[in-house]
Amino acid sequence: MTGRPAGTGVPAPGRTHRARTARHLALLLGGAVFVLWAVATLTFFAIRLIPGDPAQAILGGPGSQASQEALDQVRSDYGLDQPLVVQYFAMLGRLLTGDLGTSYSLKVPVAELLGAQIGGTLLLAVCSLAAAWVLALALSLWSTGRGRIASALGQGIELVAAALPHFWLAAVLIAVFSTGLGWFPPVATGTPAGFVLPVTTLAIPLAGFLAQVMRESLIDAMRQPFVVSARARGESALGIRFRHTIRHAALPGISLSGWALGWLLSGAVVVETIFAMPGLGRTLLQAVTLRDIPVVTGVVLLVALVYVVMTVLTDLVARIADPRLAQEGAR
Amino acid sequence: MSELELRQTTVDAEAAHDRESSRRGPRVGTVVAGAFVILLLTAAAFPALVATQDPNAISATEAFQPPSAAHWFGTDESGRDVYSRVVAGTGTSLLIGVTATAIGLALGLLLGVLASFGGRVVDFGVGRLVEVLFAFPGLLLALLVIVVAGPGPVTATIAVGLSTAPGYARIIRGQLVSIRSSQYVEAARVLGRPPRRILTAHLLPNALLPLVVLATLGIGQAIVWAAALSYLGLGAQPPAAEWGAMLSAGRTYLQTAWWMTVFPGLAIVGTTIATTVLGRALARRERGAR
Amino acid sequence: MTANDADPVLELEQLRVAFGREEVVRGVSLAIAPGECVAIVGESGSGKSVTARSLLGMAGEGARVEAQTLRLAGRDLRGATEREWRGVRGGQAGLVLQDALVALDPLRPIGREIGDALRIHDRMPRAERRARTLEVLADVGMPDPATAVRRRSGELSGGLRQRALIASALALDPPLLIADEPTTALDATVQARVLELLAEVRGRGTAVLLISHDLAVVARLADRVLVMREGRVIEQGTVDEVLRAPREPYTRALIAAVPAEVPRGAPLSRPADSDANATAAQTPTAADRAASREGSPGSTPLLALDGVVKTFPVRGGGRFTAVDDVSLDVHRGETVGLVGESGSGKTTLARLALALTAPDRGAVTLDGEPWSALDEHARRPRRPRIGAIYQDALSSFDPLWSVGRILADAAGGAPGKGAGTGHPSRAATARRVAELLDRVGLAGAVAGREPLTLSGGQRQRVAIARALAAAPELLVCDEPVSALDVTIQAQILDLLDELQRERGLAMLFISHDLGVVRHMADRVAVMQAGRIVESGPAERVFAAPGHPYTARLVADAPRLVH
Repeated sequence: MTGRPAGTGVPAPGRTHRARTARHLALLLGGAVFVLWAVATLTFFAIRLIPGDPAQAILGGPGSQASQEALDQVRSDYGLDQPLVVQYFAMLGRLLTGDLGTSYSLKVPVAELLGAQIGGTLLLAVCSLAAAWVLALALSLWSTGRGRIASALGQGIELVAAALPHFWLAAVLIAVFSTGLGWFPPVATGTPAGFVLPVTTLAIPLAGFLAQVMRESLIDAMRQPFVVSARARGESALGIRFRHTIRHAALPGISLSGWALGWLLSGAVVVETIFAMPGLGRTLLQAVTLRDIPVVTGVVLLVALVYVVMTVLTDLVARIADPRLAQEGAR
Repeated sequence: MSELELRQTTVDAEAAHDRESSRRGPRVGTVVAGAFVILLLTAAAFPALVATQDPNAISATEAFQPPSAAHWFGTDESGRDVYSRVVAGTGTSLLIGVTATAIGLALGLLLGVLASFGGRVVDFGVGRLVEVLFAFPGLLLALLVIVVAGPGPVTATIAVGLSTAPGYARIIRGQLVSIRSSQYVEAARVLGRPPRRILTAHLLPNALLPLVVLATLGIGQAIVWAAALSYLGLGAQPPAAEWGAMLSAGRTYLQTAWWMTVFPGLAIVGTTIATTVLGRALARRERGAR
Repeated sequence: MTANDADPVLELEQLRVAFGREEVVRGVSLAIAPGECVAIVGESGSGKSVTARSLLGMAGEGARVEAQTLRLAGRDLRGATEREWRGVRGGQAGLVLQDALVALDPLRPIGREIGDALRIHDRMPRAERRARTLEVLADVGMPDPATAVRRRSGELSGGLRQRALIASALALDPPLLIADEPTTALDATVQARVLELLAEVRGRGTAVLLISHDLAVVARLADRVLVMREGRVIEQGTVDEVLRAPREPYTRALIAAVPAEVPRGAPLSRPADSDANATAAQTPTAADRAASREGSPGSTPLLALDGVVKTFPVRGGGRFTAVDDVSLDVHRGETVGLVGESGSGKTTLARLALALTAPDRGAVTLDGEPWSALDEHARRPRRPRIGAIYQDALSSFDPLWSVGRILADAAGGAPGKGAGTGHPSRAATARRVAELLDRVGLAGAVAGREPLTLSGGQRQRVAIARALAAAPELLVCDEPVSALDVTIQAQILDLLDELQRERGLAMLFISHDLGVVRHMADRVAVMQAGRIVESGPAERVFAAPGHPYTARLVADAPRLVH
């Protein structure tokens, strides 16, 4: 509870600004590294909470009746006979070299397994993000400043879209566009056509969320005095939209993109399963079902990495798009 | 950022705009949503009143019937009435959603109160913890919990509750901090009011309504997430009449019996929409008090 | 008036604007010649801004606009289409709004904003547009225009960004400039510079329509004044005629309410027709009051700040010194005024006096006893001795509480919870609330209302009643009237003055408005960048400033008569 002193005059541009940006970047990267370390640590210790013997799990679960020798062998192979602290630091050391361990079920290095799949999942997520952005921007631009009916309709569409669960939307899309109309295949075929339904499934609910935020900030922007100034300069309604208010509407969308990508990666678990697409999500689900700990850990770390990188990126982009953010940081 | 925070901020902004448009009285949407929630609660408490048939009555001759006057939502692979099963599932699904929300809210409240009252170090610590948990986006945290605790309806509920907690924590902390640093709390301090009196007279009453709004918005999300886990086979398992599990069972017959998937899903969508609409109405009332 | 022979730039007769059934402008007529400045003065809701915007075809959504004549630069604009209006806006008339921080797009460089006007109307080549942008910026006195074009409004100081806004309105050299409260958001010294700039613009032959609530601003710039109230022009004439010899009671009340010209102790909100001198004679003058206080020499001050320092950490390292080695005494029964511009540390000083924040160095004492040094537990029982009144009364009320509950709580018992021992009974509390409301001039029925439903003046009265409820010895008032219309401001100032005399209250009165402080204070302290640069008896400080900063403040303060 401190009265923040009011800003004093013009902030000097140039060097102080650059120093501030550098400081901000350092803090951001430091925070990112911290989050990754904490995610790794949290996951490591959470996994130790699993009841039962990990060596047993590696050899196929309690029902496998593995011999004592085999168990001992596995324990020493995986370092499970070491004290917990040693195992923890060994894990951190391996992480630094990019070694995510070996899958219990598939017996291949996790890094290789995931490396082959991250591309497809990221492509799916990024395409969905772009589609959601376009849909949201179009919907929010269309539904504002056109009177009550358009606004209510826009609100209704957003509400419904944001309430659609991926697993159901996917099923309905398949029933209509695949079984019914036969336009797109019901499973991902690796062709662009096979990509349409998964992307749509992920994009529509996200577009609902984004459009809500964008529409609110569009409405806010339209009431700002600078819109009056622009009109008084002779600017047309269209000019005001595209030269002024659309930027203000896009800002929260940019800041949300980090969250959105994470949300899409989580949604990929469902969507990849339904459309039988190879990818991180489906691998994760299989690993969760089989309790393949190294794979689960690997996916979690990888998603956290993507999320953290995306957060840093959106923060930087938001600061470029809105210089006020950079100034706030200085106070 | 979390899904919950997003829902909450948009609802807040919308409530602010709505207030300015000076419309009075309850709206059609709110009334419809309220009626739907009452119907849901009735179905949950007295399924026999709302259902038309026994949800578990198997009849091989009536398998895969499309929707008709006798079977409003059609029948499933064992000839069970889908409508009655959706009604029967209401109780389970709502119970899971409400319990998960309660878990998330309680944990969030604990963390939020700790952060806003526990001093700078605790606030910093809680803030970092929440940030780290946000790096497990969406269902990921819930999946991790299931890996540790094993699948099943109970662990799925706990998993959803745990994974929504960071969102609640951050919102609640923000609200408490803003009330605590508000000028009316300062005015009470200037009048010489002791902290306990400020807590009971100002803080708690002003924090309560936003919490109710938050919980209402959260229930929709919790139901969807729990259903997603059931759908993936990690929560309630198919013979059970739970919406997510019914969807999961219908997956195999999607090409032939679309009604097995569409109707349980509609129940989920309807519930989410209705609770969100009610949350908005509450948020408008909360604004009105300001 | 040099331009009387020229055709008027703007001719307006019988302008009427209605929103639905409500008519907000009811027959306004005015004409402005080139190089002339006409001002419309009025309080909020008088219809002055709607009148101004109607001249640009921007009265607002759902507005019905009618006029017998509406000619701008020789063109009849009655029934103009939106397309035609767009040609007029910017080309024939420019608009300057209150605060350039939000009146210019915060996401775009000001060069773009200024260039827009040129792009829309002239389609001139880019290089030419840039040259003209730089030229206009230089014309409005922007230092280093070549760098400034790349700045956004938030990166400029208040004065500079207001200049940029004026430049954007003048880009096409329109014959008419409409300035709607162009200096209201600015500090007095900056305000003076911007008004000088507008005078220069007028001097170049541009007609200026000035909209303001502030008579003093109008007196500086305008040739003629129209006084508006409830949608009508109730009085008009040259500045001298209107300000020196107002005919209408409302105009007289408006002028009288400007505190700068009224001696300490004389009420501002007297009935418009009473004689000013007679009223003033009945009240003790500042000199009398000073004398009576000096009758008890050596008395300990009620509140004393001694060498107080307060700093705040700045993100990115270092500390910002908000209050820098300040010493200040407030004696019983006296009002100490604290003036300074925004960011000078006034509010932090108020918070130190209220012990809401602890000083880094130095000490605050209350009646000779430790105040800032106490721990909160020991201070709490003494807190009722100091009351506080804020600028934004509404946010100082719990949003869930009614006026009655606010006052009952402050008076020591909440209604409905008064049954317990030690609390006054419910009936006694209700009586006390009624008394308090009556004392601040509010009806008893207000007790049942929510603060949100009250007007600004009523809210401030409730805030005063709450402060009085605990029977304080000292009131700390932080900009208590800054958000109010001038006639309401006058009533609140009078109320504070009256209460002070009646109860022998001491007051620390903080304001950015020199006139208000001059009217209210026995002694003043002038604050700049965290330090008190000058203090002394109000009359002496304002009549013969001893510090250059004070001298500048006094010189730049707007006043009615020059």
